[in-house]
Amino acid sequence: MTERKIPVTEDELHAYVDGELPAERRSDVEAWLAAHPADAERVQSWRAMAEALHLRYDSVVNEPVPRQLELERLVRQPRRWIYGSVAAALVAFVAGGGVGWVVRGATSKPSPVQDFMLDALDAHRLYVVEVRHPVEVPGSERAHLQAWLTKRCGREVRAPELASAGLKLVGGRLLPGPSGPASFLMYESAAGERFTVYAAKASTETAHMRYTTMDDDGAMFWADRGVGYVVSGGNDRERLAQVARAFYDQVEKSGG
Amino acid sequence: MSAFRQSVEAMIPALRRYARALARDADIADDLVQDTLVRALRSERLFLGGDLRSWLYTILTNLNKNRRRSLARRPQFMPLLDNNPDASGTEAEGRDIERALSTLVEEQRAVLLLVVLEGMSYREVADIQGVPIGTVMSRLARARAHVKASIEGERPSLRRVK
Repeated sequence: MTERKIPVTEDELHAYVDGELPAERRSDVEAWLAAHPADAERVQSWRAMAEALHLRYDSVVNEPVPRQLELERLVRQPRRWIYGSVAAALVAFVAGGGVGWVVRGATSKPSPVQDFMLDALDAHRLYVVEVRHPVEVPGSERAHLQAWLTKRCGREVRAPELASAGLKLVGGRLLPGPSGPASFLMYESAAGERFTVYAAKASTETAHMRYTTMDDDGAMFWADRGVGYVVSGGNDRERLAQVARAFYDQVEKSGG
Repeated sequence: MSAFRQSVEAMIPALRRYARALARDADIADDLVQDTLVRALRSERLFLGGDLRSWLYTILTNLNKNRRRSLARRPQFMPLLDNNPDASGTEAEGRDIERALSTLVEEQRAVLLLVVLEGMSYREVADIQGVPIGTVMSRLARARAHVKASIEGERPSLRRVK
């Protein structure tokens, strides 16, 4: 048959290795490889490559599936709507056990949320360890703090009471934000745990709800009426959600 | 649990393997899988049969593409030391293949992993990437050539001793 004389192409060599070659062509390729050692060496190297990939990554299949990926956790729905989408997202967050994107817009385009959260977490980590100068304006001057931050940020900035979450205002400072100044508030519990609230103008319209952790710190992000908020604290997710919820409730109550 | 959810659940281990090789970072990989699952579950009613496996891999591949696009604006953080708990006696070989993968462009890495690691057909990969089969084959050929060169280039002395 003249077909036997048809030279084997590079595509056919790949198809041969991947089991995609029509059965009737296999013996032609095998004959070709016997006569062309350079091609045979390449085919051999591709097989070794496949083996190395399986050796390196197949063990992942046998790892126990982490809890964050349990479907039961991912499907639980928000129980009820209280103040609107942000509150619902907070409820969903607590009920859903740390789902990354609880509420998310329909589009899949990349958002600056990640950057925003990292900026906030950086500020949190920088200042919570400060003993003598954690803030620029102390919580005892709440009225001045609010007036100053409102003026500098160009939007209403409130430093609400978070007594319902067992927290006291330490104070606040002004920080550079992604597009203009950011307000930064610090709260502290009697036990010394510190939480910070970083807020800045954000282009996100919808109530994105995002949770992230970095080492021992956790942060929750949401956006409301053109302002993005990040509440940062320890890695106790439920406690963080409780603080975020208390903050949101207070700001909402006072007309944000 | 619905049949749909059971099928999705059965795919989690393989999705984690693909994501781990694709992102080469265990935490990022599991975040990718989580986002994939959330999307799949949300679209449960929209999924009218068809190939669930391809669909899940498509979501994950696209999410990773978006992630990388948003990462492009940030400086890249590369691990200085390989501290993979799943490295074993074949550690050196595992590191070589991992490093070689990291030098591939996104589309080529995805094709190589889908075909070689996940055992997908060229047709399935073409559907996942939304490109013709010919494109899949040329990406695969380039990926293999690149990985081969990268592995051989990194261990010239070993080869010489043999």
